[in-house]
Amino acid sequence: MSAKLNALNSDSYTDVSQYRDQHFKGNRYEQEKLLKQSNTLYVGNLSFYTTEEQVHELFSKSGDVKRIIIGLDKVKKTACGFCFVEYYTRADAEHAMRFINGTRLDDRIIRTDWDAGFKEGRQYGRGKSGGQVRDEYRQDYDPARGGYGKLAQQHRPTETRNSF
Amino acid sequence: MSRRRHSDENDGGQPHKRRRTSEPIEIEDRLESLICRVGEKSTSSLESNLEGLAGVLEADLPNYKNKILRILCAVARLLPEKLTVYTTLVGLLNARNYNFGGEFVEAMIRQLKETLKNNLYNEAVYLVRFLSDLVNCHVIAAPSMVAMFENFVSVTQEEDVPQVRSDWFVYVVLSCLPWVGKELYEKKDVEMDRLLSQIEGYLKRRVKTHVPMLQVWTAEKPHPQEEYLDCLWAQIQKLKKDRWQERHILRPYIAFDSVLCEALQHNLPPFTPPGHMPDAQYPMPRVIFRMFDYTDAPEGPVMPGSHSVERFVIEENLHCIIKTHWKERKTCAAQLLSYPGKNKIPLNYHIVEVIFGELFQLPSPPHIDVMYTTLLIELCKLQPGSLPQVLAQATEMLYMRLDTMNTTCIDRLINWFSHHLSNFQFRWSWDDWSDCLTVDLEKPKPKFVKEVLEKSMRLSYHQRIVDIVPPTFSALIPAEPIFIYKYDESASSLPGYAVTITVGNAIKNRASNEEILTILKEVPNPNQEDDDDEGESFNPLKIDVFLQTLLHLAAKSFSHSFSALGKFHEILKTLTDSDEGKLHILKVVYEVWRNHPQMISVLVDKMIRTQVVDCAAVANWLFSQDMAHEFTRLFIWEILHSTIRKMNKHVQKIQKELEEAKDKLEKQQHKRRDSGDDEEMDKNSEDEEGQLEEQIERLQEKVESAQSEQKNLFLVIFQRFIMLLTEHLVRCETGSVDISTPWYKNCIERLQQIFLMHHVTIQQYMGTLENLLFTAELDHHILAVYQQFCALQL
Repeated sequence: MSAKLNALNSDSYTDVSQYRDQHFKGNRYEQEKLLKQSNTLYVGNLSFYTTEEQVHELFSKSGDVKRIIIGLDKVKKTACGFCFVEYYTRADAEHAMRFINGTRLDDRIIRTDWDAGFKEGRQYGRGKSGGQVRDEYRQDYDPARGGYGKLAQQHRPTETRNSF
Repeated sequence: MSRRRHSDENDGGQPHKRRRTSEPIEIEDRLESLICRVGEKSTSSLESNLEGLAGVLEADLPNYKNKILRILCAVARLLPEKLTVYTTLVGLLNARNYNFGGEFVEAMIRQLKETLKNNLYNEAVYLVRFLSDLVNCHVIAAPSMVAMFENFVSVTQEEDVPQVRSDWFVYVVLSCLPWVGKELYEKKDVEMDRLLSQIEGYLKRRVKTHVPMLQVWTAEKPHPQEEYLDCLWAQIQKLKKDRWQERHILRPYIAFDSVLCEALQHNLPPFTPPGHMPDAQYPMPRVIFRMFDYTDAPEGPVMPGSHSVERFVIEENLHCIIKTHWKERKTCAAQLLSYPGKNKIPLNYHIVEVIFGELFQLPSPPHIDVMYTTLLIELCKLQPGSLPQVLAQATEMLYMRLDTMNTTCIDRLINWFSHHLSNFQFRWSWDDWSDCLTVDLEKPKPKFVKEVLEKSMRLSYHQRIVDIVPPTFSALIPAEPIFIYKYDESASSLPGYAVTITVGNAIKNRASNEEILTILKEVPNPNQEDDDDEGESFNPLKIDVFLQTLLHLAAKSFSHSFSALGKFHEILKTLTDSDEGKLHILKVVYEVWRNHPQMISVLVDKMIRTQVVDCAAVANWLFSQDMAHEFTRLFIWEILHSTIRKMNKHVQKIQKELEEAKDKLEKQQHKRRDSGDDEEMDKNSEDEEGQLEEQIERLQEKVESAQSEQKNLFLVIFQRFIMLLTEHLVRCETGSVDISTPWYKNCIERLQQIFLMHHVTIQQYMGTLENLLFTAELDHHILAVYQQFCALQL
């Protein structure tokens, strides 16, 4: 009776994306299963200055937040622009995917994605310089994410090294 | 750096379904898609699309009749905003295949019975409306529809049934008339007149105690907040006066009139409304939200009046679109903006009104609050030249009417507006609101601005807020959210100061809990002349010294503070063993973090979850004299409601565990019965059953204990409200002062809010509440809230 119509059941904002964590310990099947059951979201494109408090305020709008882990530069141990948000229930995380993903935090459009679950070590950036990989190679200037990408910084003349 | 794409690999993940074109599942999907998307994205007219689809389906009937029936029944129920599109389709099919038409009607009746049985009253309305529009398509004979309506209205003659039951049957009939009133009146005007007169009689004798509790504004001007049946009745009356001429509804079947009027019609089988069952959950009454009228849309098409049937139809359809597409904000926004007939109405105004109507709906919005924020942002993206202006106009209007707006609705407005602004760099013409600076800061307007700025700060940072408002607004800017440490260098003369140094060092040097407790024994107890040997009794100074020091060291972030609470959980449990201890720890948390309400909220949440404090302690703390000066601030109520929700979820969790254990036992018992005479298996089974039975007993006790705690929590909260309100009312009476202060309005509406937000849970305790608390001796102002609440369920 409660026949659902597949054509009307679209909930595309909660679909799993194409990204897969290459460091995931386990096979593809296990990863898929965890992603489908997960209560944890990866949040990307944060400003380096965005605080845990701001993340908590925004993500609490879709439900009770269990914990937030701010992503850190592996070398500097400072925020490097991503975090994990874990909810108590999957339903709350789904609401975040539907209504918080793609909106602004600290004036930046943030992106959320399903995560297989936080494990110690995953709070660190995996770029060579210690931050996120995306900050190694990008060419644009982003003042909220350390300015130019790391590779581009190496090619810049000594304008940043003047010390008077 | 390679990012291997998921779809390139095939190493044991989910096998990709490769379907052959003739597989049944694929055909069903194709049919669903054809039917659900008829008319969308097509260069041809809707009529020619329908004609084409009717031909396709007619050809498919021999093989896929049941599937087609199922899909059509589903769209009737799930796509009410496209009602007339599908009734036309059914009409065309009926004209080509009379038997199919008959089977469809039968299937719809079956579905109607099912939905009513399953308490899906809102969907049942759509089914009946569909059937009634089938009269216009010559599928159903008008007299048989009238007969069904007569049966529905006869429910108003039933005795000893909840009013919401007869309400629903009347609502269904009235809400079909915009679609089918004309046709029914042409065929059966005498019967219809009698029907309407019966309805009128019923509406006159209906009890409307519940209305004040559901109104967004208490003022009648500029737009009365009408009870939903009253409004619909006025709209139908006007429609009747206009001789049932209705020009807004899109009616594709008119183009096919020559074909359809050749079709043979079916009679609806006599339909007896199912009797009232005790567990029936009829829809709650509503108040119609109105904030715009024709004077508000400056140019362009005129907004239909509040009692025009067009207004009803537009609002119905917009609500249905949101209901269908709320999970997909881009689609939802696009569907709203492509509303058929949009050129004849100020669509942006209707959309904004409907969205705010849902957001402010009492007791609660149909969907999660944040959905509406994101939907409005999406709409602004799609109509950047017009919608933001309407939204700004709406915000301005809502601000101007804050004085009479329900406190719960103001809460939602605060949350919406601050979140919305954070997506648009907090740009707002604050100067336009400088009138709020000239009145008492406890009045609704300055209070609103203050709370908005506080919430905006949470989403950004303090300096940002200073920068975005004019300097004249400085009194409304929130405090900088910094820790207030009592035991800083200047406080060396305070009792306990020395111990804070020792304890602080101990914590930094990772001392054990025992070592720290030993250090704390040195703290004198201001409550006693001499310390008892154990120093076990409640010592507020000890709590103060330890907690202030700990939280000071951990003040850097939420994570630091949570980690601190976790590490020293044992010590905290020891210190808060008594009720006084629990109350005092909350007091200290407030004292140190009183400039950072967000931190207070998350710490209280953590302390409840780790059982350092219990829910009743939090309630008592919020209502205590110490917190009286904060009583009207939003964060207080967010903490209280969050506390109640945690309590409710806790009870539900244990109830679920109990149910699962009972199911397990039942399964085990079945297994034993079916397993035959194997003695060894029998014995193992018996053991398992014994264990399960023990577990069930323990869980039963846990459930009872949790329910008792829950009941106690509500009793504490209601008792406190009654005490505070009575005190105020008595004081005003003896002083011959008007009771309606801003504080009173806030307090009485907060009491209402408790009822509304937790009505499902509170239902269980009505007996106790009525016997112990909400008795006839209570001041009538307070009792009225309780009576209005009861009226919601009658």
